[in-house]
Amino acid sequence: MALKRKSKEIKWHRKHLLGLRELSAEEITYILDTAEGFEQISTRAVKKAPPLRGKVVVNLFFEDSTRTRNSFSLAANRLSADIIEFTKKTSSVSKGESLLDTARNLEALGIDIVVVRHNAGGAPKFLSRNINACVVNAGDGFCEHPTQGLLDTYTIRKIKGTLEGLKIAIVGDIAHSRVARSDMWAMTKLGAEIIFVGPPTLMPPQVRQLPVKVSYSLDEVIEKVDVINMLRIQFERLGGNPFPSIREYSHYFGLTVERMKRAKPDILVMHPGPINRGLEIESEVADGRNSVILEQVTNGLAVRMAVLFLVNQAAAQQK
Amino acid sequence: MSSELLIKNGRVIDPANGIDKKCDVLIVDEKIAEVGKVDKPVQTVIDAAGKLVVPGLIDIHVHFREPGDEEEETIASGSAAALAAGFTSVVCMPNTNPVIENETDVEYIHRKGRQTRKTHVYTMGAITKGLQGVELAEMGFMAEAGAVGFTDDGRGVQDAAVMLRALKYAAMFDVVVAQHCQAENFTGNGVMNSGYYSTILGLPGIDPLAEEMILWRDIQLIKKAEVRYHVQHISTAGSVELIRAAKKDSLPITCEVAPHHLLLTEQCCAEYDTNYKVNPPLRTEKDVEALKQAIAEGLIDALATDHAPHLQSEKELEFLTAPFGIASLECALGLYVKALIEPGILDWPGLIRLMAEKPAKIIGVDKGTLGRGKQADVTIIDPNAEYEIDVNTFRSKSRNCPYHGWKVKGKVETTIVGGEIRFESKSR
Repeated sequence: MALKRKSKEIKWHRKHLLGLRELSAEEITYILDTAEGFEQISTRAVKKAPPLRGKVVVNLFFEDSTRTRNSFSLAANRLSADIIEFTKKTSSVSKGESLLDTARNLEALGIDIVVVRHNAGGAPKFLSRNINACVVNAGDGFCEHPTQGLLDTYTIRKIKGTLEGLKIAIVGDIAHSRVARSDMWAMTKLGAEIIFVGPPTLMPPQVRQLPVKVSYSLDEVIEKVDVINMLRIQFERLGGNPFPSIREYSHYFGLTVERMKRAKPDILVMHPGPINRGLEIESEVADGRNSVILEQVTNGLAVRMAVLFLVNQAAAQQK
Repeated sequence: MSSELLIKNGRVIDPANGIDKKCDVLIVDEKIAEVGKVDKPVQTVIDAAGKLVVPGLIDIHVHFREPGDEEEETIASGSAAALAAGFTSVVCMPNTNPVIENETDVEYIHRKGRQTRKTHVYTMGAITKGLQGVELAEMGFMAEAGAVGFTDDGRGVQDAAVMLRALKYAAMFDVVVAQHCQAENFTGNGVMNSGYYSTILGLPGIDPLAEEMILWRDIQLIKKAEVRYHVQHISTAGSVELIRAAKKDSLPITCEVAPHHLLLTEQCCAEYDTNYKVNPPLRTEKDVEALKQAIAEGLIDALATDHAPHLQSEKELEFLTAPFGIASLECALGLYVKALIEPGILDWPGLIRLMAEKPAKIIGVDKGTLGRGKQADVTIIDPNAEYEIDVNTFRSKSRNCPYHGWKVKGKVETTIVGGEIRFESKSR
């Protein structure tokens, strides 16, 4: 199908989307441009296009997810693919079927694309080495969540025009955040400056070796940034007691109405969802005029359509 | 009639007796009868010209998985692998299923070893029952049954009071207490070294301090006991510093290093290949350099493989969930040559000291030398033979070896255990 693209034509050859760390700036831009082409499908009366007709996409989710799974399902739907939902809450190996056995069994059913979410970093990569289908990472442990990174980048680019030169704060539990990592890889490659903000107990090891600045003070950062991405406090991932209380966390790192008064007037407020209202972000800010939280969800659909489309195309070319 | 075996014209290296010269070794029955020029005619002659003739190698840290996980390895398969790799004695770790924690268990390992008739098979016993770190296991009975030391390897004894009790109690017997130094509350669910790579790979890390804080603690504890203490598989530059200081204080401490901590770094985990998942984890270049420097300085007492076989189906899991362990027994010598001889850190006598003489001392067995009257455990090595490591040729049941395809030098030609030729390479 003919798509309008800003970027020059490059050859997309990846049949897997495992992470954004391994992508070049050109490849990221190419996905975003492809997504732009798909965005208008959702505004049509008939919200469907044919490129994945006859293809089978499986949503292989080993962790809870609502929006990502629904977004992928709908994206596959819009591209006319058939969808299998496979949800299994597990992290245990000693009992039951291994990830590899599960994937091989699904493959025996004749699937074309596996969208996988798993609690183990590297699980999608592991799958991609062992099965023939395309693998799309829908979040692996705290390694990457590439489609979230892409849709965040897409949302910013759409509103600000470019990532080049923007200052972007990512606030919260950086250590356990795959969103922070994928955002970091994509946005720095496109020329933005990333500042990780949070308590030192929620920073990953060797954070200073990453291509980011680090701050422990949201108050210092809030005035300077063009975009602020508030990560959800993931109670299910927090080990031990990385901060003394929710109240104290909110005091230092919550995005409050008060803090917003010192922000740039055109600051974009983002959140990967689901929101803990009143914890990392006050309701008035989450629903306020700077918030693009729901646009992120809308854009996610276009980005995921683009990703499914591109990996399928690459697989077809390699056959 | 007595049986005689003569090994002629080899370069005989026996560090314990200061020997490194071209000569012959005569074995009569089970014992070393003569090291020097031997001219008398004997039944069996091995021409060892151009080869090294050394005391049988000793690996004081292997996991043979028996009893309990015989699909991964058995005492028969493990000691066959060891024999082909030039080892004449191995020490099994007690973290089997069930745990080796009483005299019957110890005798079981010994019996299996004897029946197999490959290497000598020794075992350590557990320090605490069920490796739970709470109640002491029957160290006395196990020592009497021949256990050569005690360890909860696979994990460390976490509680300082329990560890002190174990060290003090063990002092009644002439045994070594060995520790897998790792603070579990600090390690958490870590699966690789904590650092840049764990961050970008999104995997929970194991901080070097987890090892170092237990080592530091134990060094304080051994000042209150009178027992030999051995640190298993040290992996960090910080541990080297602690060992250096403790040895300077003349404390009864020894330590070992595994080949992977001399050859591989955390960067190897970048593709989530679970064959690089090992505990203690692969560290940084700086740690590797510190360990090599420590070997050059003589701070390290033994080289031990920590041979940890696993099924392919177990290793074919996500990095987060696959078991820890590298199976490297069968290619150990070539790995040490690559890590230590080729860069000039050790010469051959230096390597043999760390692979035979000193390991024997750590576990308190009268081995590791070619002294007259000693049991004739002898290994003949072709130091220049180069070969490619091929896991498919392993006698070990497991293939979880990241060195597959590596080219290494130093091939075992013949392994003699108790005067009996038990392994000969096909190339001879």
